[in-house]
Amino acid sequence: MIGYLRPDGRKGVRDTILVVYLVECAHFVAREIASAFAPQKVQVIGFPGCYPNDYAFAMMRALCTHPNVGAVALVSLGCEGFDRGELGSAIAASGRPTTTLTIQETGGTRRTIETGRRWIAATLESLQATPRVPLAWADLIIGTICGGSDGTSGITANPAIGRCFDTLVRDGTACIFTEAGELVGCEDFMASRSPDPAVADEVYRCLSKAATYDHAMGHGSFAPGNAEGGLTTQEEKSMGAYAKSGDSAIMGVLRPCERPARGGLFLVDDIPEGAPVFGYPNVNDNAKLAELIACGAQILLFSTGRGSVVGSAIAPVVKICANPDTFERLGDDMDINAGAILSGTATLDQVGAQIRDAIADICRGAETKSEALGHQEFILSYKTYGALGPSCLART
Amino acid sequence: MGVADDPRLIALSPRDNVCVACADLAAGERLIVDGAPLGLDANVALGHKVARHDIAAGADIVKYGARIGIATRAIGRGQHVHVHNMKSGYLPTYTLDAAHRYLGRTE
Repeated sequence: MIGYLRPDGRKGVRDTILVVYLVECAHFVAREIASAFAPQKVQVIGFPGCYPNDYAFAMMRALCTHPNVGAVALVSLGCEGFDRGELGSAIAASGRPTTTLTIQETGGTRRTIETGRRWIAATLESLQATPRVPLAWADLIIGTICGGSDGTSGITANPAIGRCFDTLVRDGTACIFTEAGELVGCEDFMASRSPDPAVADEVYRCLSKAATYDHAMGHGSFAPGNAEGGLTTQEEKSMGAYAKSGDSAIMGVLRPCERPARGGLFLVDDIPEGAPVFGYPNVNDNAKLAELIACGAQILLFSTGRGSVVGSAIAPVVKICANPDTFERLGDDMDINAGAILSGTATLDQVGAQIRDAIADICRGAETKSEALGHQEFILSYKTYGALGPSCLART
Repeated sequence: MGVADDPRLIALSPRDNVCVACADLAAGERLIVDGAPLGLDANVALGHKVARHDIAAGADIVKYGARIGIATRAIGRGQHVHVHNMKSGYLPTYTLDAAHRYLGRTE
């Protein structure tokens, strides 16, 4: 496996240029700049809000200095609340080529698009010189979520991802999972998987936050349709989601933007702190993927039963399809057919090994289905981790 | 080794005392599980659970290697396991000590 070496010693599996809008008012210009280039090389991310938010700043800083990112063009309208100077300095300090285009100063839409495209064309040339180095399993951080789940997800794709995670953890990879709201009911089991009592305590704290938050938002309960699909209890449903994590000990609980310090299995706490302020913890699957990427994940494993088609900006997404009928219908979007377990033509271990092989192929340049189709979904919303937020979320 | 196990019923963890149906199965069907025959007492739809061993009333139901509930009556090998013979063992801890622990820390 081959990685792109960054000045800070981290290794990426892609060498993407990001065009980053710092408020929705700059989104169109950013998209137009990127549209002249292949989506696999130049991608758009951004933050739509005009008012500043510590979480959003920390996310943008983590994403713009992610090892899969080779260079960054910031696009500012000029009067938004986002601190473009500080973000630009952080990117420059990471050793990446970067520029800040301020639409109000550059002279409007047309001139900013032309300036941006010229910068990117020149930067694409200079990225040819990015050093390529051998990449080991211990250099990787792999994230997982599920989306568009159905009754097959907990039987095939999720436990198969768990088998894959078990082998990755043995080889020193950091494996991260999230979606605390989906795990309510298995807190005792998860705590028993944490060798460190302080980590077990963090697991309880995270899941109780999730349960209270979901209650406040009016969702998160066990639905009648679950029982029709054969699920009897809340803890059974949650264990189906937890199955993606495999059998490893939980080594720590991270907040978004915190990177695992070593290999092993880590939970990413996606639940905001304090009373609910900005709504749902994460508004959709891509918001979760963005947090896992901000925690350093270079590659993401996405379990789906009904068939999600999304990819993501920055990190390749491997779609693992739980349901053989869905795979039949949406095969162009699916990387792995975990439904073969239901057909009796593959075992959980065999599908786990296929997922591991797919990761290795990506690290040798192979495109995932969503990358080849040009997917680059991205979303970032307001969130607060309050006064208890970890140091990684502080601005300085 | 005896006869190969039927892939239509799988145990997700070796510690489990239930198997999951990978297809819709009919009452009276005989399948091989753990090398021995197992007869189904009811129609079992895809995704539903079947007892892999005899399970005593009050014993844990184990799936994914974890307790997912408690048997409310004795369940024989091959019987369908669902709301009629098991219940949740989950106490919503967020309403109890864990919530106190969390709130105590944030205030």
